[in-house]
Amino acid sequence: MTNIFTDFLSSLSLLNLGLAFSGVLAGIIIGALPGLSATMAVAILVPFTFALEPSSGLIVLGAIYTGAIFGGSWSAILINTPGTPSAVATTFDGYPMAKKGDGDLAMSISCISSFIGGIVGVICLALFAPPLASISLMFGPTEYFWLAILGLTLISTLSEGDNIKSLIGACLGLLMSMIGVAVVGGDMRMTWNISFLNSGIEIVSAMIGLFCIPVILDLTSMKGKHLNESETPKSLRLKESFVLVFNKKYQALRGALIGTFIGILPGAGGSIASIVSYGEAKRSSENKDNFGKGEPEGLIASETANNATVGGGFIPTLCLGIPGTPPDAVILGALLVQGIRTGDTLFTEQSSIVYTFIFGLLLATIMMLPLGLLMGRYAYKSIIKIPREILIPIIIFLVIIGSYSIQNNILNVYFMFFFGLIGWILNRAGFKASPIVLGLVLGQIAEQGFVQSYIIGNAQENIIANYFAKPISIVLVILILMGLFLPSLKRIYNKKRSV
Amino acid sequence: MNMKINISKFLAFFSFMLLSINVANAGVTNIIPFGPGGESDVTARMQQPFYKNIYKDDMTVQYKPGGGGSVGWSSLNDEKSDGSVIMGVNLPHIIMQPIAKGAKAGYKTEDVNVFAFFHYTPDAILVEASSPYKSLKDLMSYAKNNPGKLTFSGSGTYSANHLLTISLNKKAKVKTTYVPFKGTGAAVQALLGKQVVAEAGYSTVAAKQGSKVRMLAVASEKRLPAFPNVPTFKELGYNIVSGAYRGYALPKSASKVTVKKWSDRIMKINSDPSFKQKMEDGAFVVVNIGHKKIKKFMKDQKKANETIAKELGLIK
Repeated sequence: MTNIFTDFLSSLSLLNLGLAFSGVLAGIIIGALPGLSATMAVAILVPFTFALEPSSGLIVLGAIYTGAIFGGSWSAILINTPGTPSAVATTFDGYPMAKKGDGDLAMSISCISSFIGGIVGVICLALFAPPLASISLMFGPTEYFWLAILGLTLISTLSEGDNIKSLIGACLGLLMSMIGVAVVGGDMRMTWNISFLNSGIEIVSAMIGLFCIPVILDLTSMKGKHLNESETPKSLRLKESFVLVFNKKYQALRGALIGTFIGILPGAGGSIASIVSYGEAKRSSENKDNFGKGEPEGLIASETANNATVGGGFIPTLCLGIPGTPPDAVILGALLVQGIRTGDTLFTEQSSIVYTFIFGLLLATIMMLPLGLLMGRYAYKSIIKIPREILIPIIIFLVIIGSYSIQNNILNVYFMFFFGLIGWILNRAGFKASPIVLGLVLGQIAEQGFVQSYIIGNAQENIIANYFAKPISIVLVILILMGLFLPSLKRIYNKKRSV
Repeated sequence: MNMKINISKFLAFFSFMLLSINVANAGVTNIIPFGPGGESDVTARMQQPFYKNIYKDDMTVQYKPGGGGSVGWSSLNDEKSDGSVIMGVNLPHIIMQPIAKGAKAGYKTEDVNVFAFFHYTPDAILVEASSPYKSLKDLMSYAKNNPGKLTFSGSGTYSANHLLTISLNKKAKVKTTYVPFKGTGAAVQALLGKQVVAEAGYSTVAAKQGSKVRMLAVASEKRLPAFPNVPTFKELGYNIVSGAYRGYALPKSASKVTVKKWSDRIMKINSDPSFKQKMEDGAFVVVNIGHKKIKKFMKDQKKANETIAKELGLIK
């Protein structure tokens, strides 16, 4: 105990505090710019951390990562473009809130929710890392397959209005997820001899195109303001947002726990976490009909979950040496270069590094609250005040830089515009961008899981059992069936009763 | 008034962003054609401080991922050829991709102007620590008695991992099942989670995972210094020496002087004892294949890989 206390004190050194502060600051800005990802931010900074003590280096990397995941919510709320894939579900209610004139409220709520999610994730990392890591190992290909299917069934829950159109959109996304070299089998699929497509559709540039370009085009054609201003533009609407989140404390906690849990599954990531959390929130909410039209509860669900994946993702990274998310992979690489070995020994032999890091992450998350609230206020005000003639070129400039920097490749920019055009046409026809993006993200996970399970099941000469006869698979299948049939069963039951 | 302030804030913010991008671009650029965090990235990061110490210059690592490296390699010859840009290259990738994908790979092996390989990670067979299989012999007799039931996780299709299982099938006269995953991390996860019986991976997996895994055999010429108790395939009677080589290439138009200069630089870093120690701790095997040896080395590798490709049915 005294040891942990000294670790806590050493994480409080002036240098570490300063690093955590500037890390969060830089992270929020980078995360808020579409295309500039947490992965890239962390990767750029890795060489600078070699000059620091290992734990200080880790603190600054962790702080940037936390900040970036939160920052992604800003562009989601203000321009309907997720700054990072984790913020897809934040657009569902965040942007409608901003449109209505509650943008400042949405910014504050997202910051408070991210703070709660981040704290819960870090606490789980500090207290339950080894047992949670062993749970993550129970997820094999079959479980990933069912998890992805669960995410896909949620599309019908998420979709506003036209169910059929969302399903068509999701199928389109699934089809696009198959483009490129198949991980299993190595076949080239639908690449039309373009070598750029060998690696498949690059998700972030597709996402920027599908979400952002239609907004920009609408902005140019529309009269009046981009967002309505709230009636009390001078205040932070702090009290209102704190009360709102406090009233939904159980929902916030549920989102954070879902986020932590999905965070510990390597490769699943913040996008699935926020979607599952959002779906769960909508299913159990009293204001079901208001979801997708600017319901703060939806925003809370998404933002608590995606920030909780930060702490969750570090669990397999530190305990197993298996990166939970792409930024974790970079941080793991930095650890290796520093000569730190992850795994069993890290929590015992090198525990002071680990605990200093965890406390540093905690501090960074705490700093994120006042920083995020203040900066969010400025970002919101700027977007509201800047005239459209200036705002539009700025956004276009940002998305071009952003999509170029994903892979340092100009093709990503062309690609982004191509998807923007598709997105705009589909938008006109009443199709939303989110089901397409979900299909694209989940399709790859579902396909790999399915084929790998098939190969393993085939080798064990028991394919069916491999898909269905595992405890976690059974739970997931039940959740899927509930999601699919419970609403219609309820409807039938209610009808009978009313007759 | 208010608007003006906000615009100037935005401009200040942009210049900050552009500045940070520019700072990142100083010195020489090392383009890694994969995402961050992999072996290519980690070893480049290990070279960074040594390069700075010796040459008083910054080496910046950039990523251009996609297509298992092919996105980077197909654009290599468009980069500056004055020696300010080098790009990471990997074997067997730059030989196998053009064979497996033909023109669709986007480049030919001959287009990649490799000037040095500085290390390799030998292939290895690993099992989870609690596995009943204590030796490669145990594992192979299981495979013999249960055709197809022995599952290997590995990273990718037609990759070094995949090719290892094919060679093993052939040399041990067994039938096994290879389950490809996206990246080494996912393959290790499947091994630790007991989704598969064994993993066809690299020696680096054993170094990273420590006591959680048991390395049964390693495909190097000699035993690895970090693992004196793990036998080589050769010792066990299987003539398999394979793995992934990592090195660097310049654009084709680079002058002979530039090629020599860069080859010397990489070899000089290699000769630093503390660099070598760092690499060996991570189970990387340092090799010194500079610009003089590279031609013959590539020729031999090409021949060996073409033989495997024939066995796979990729070339007739």
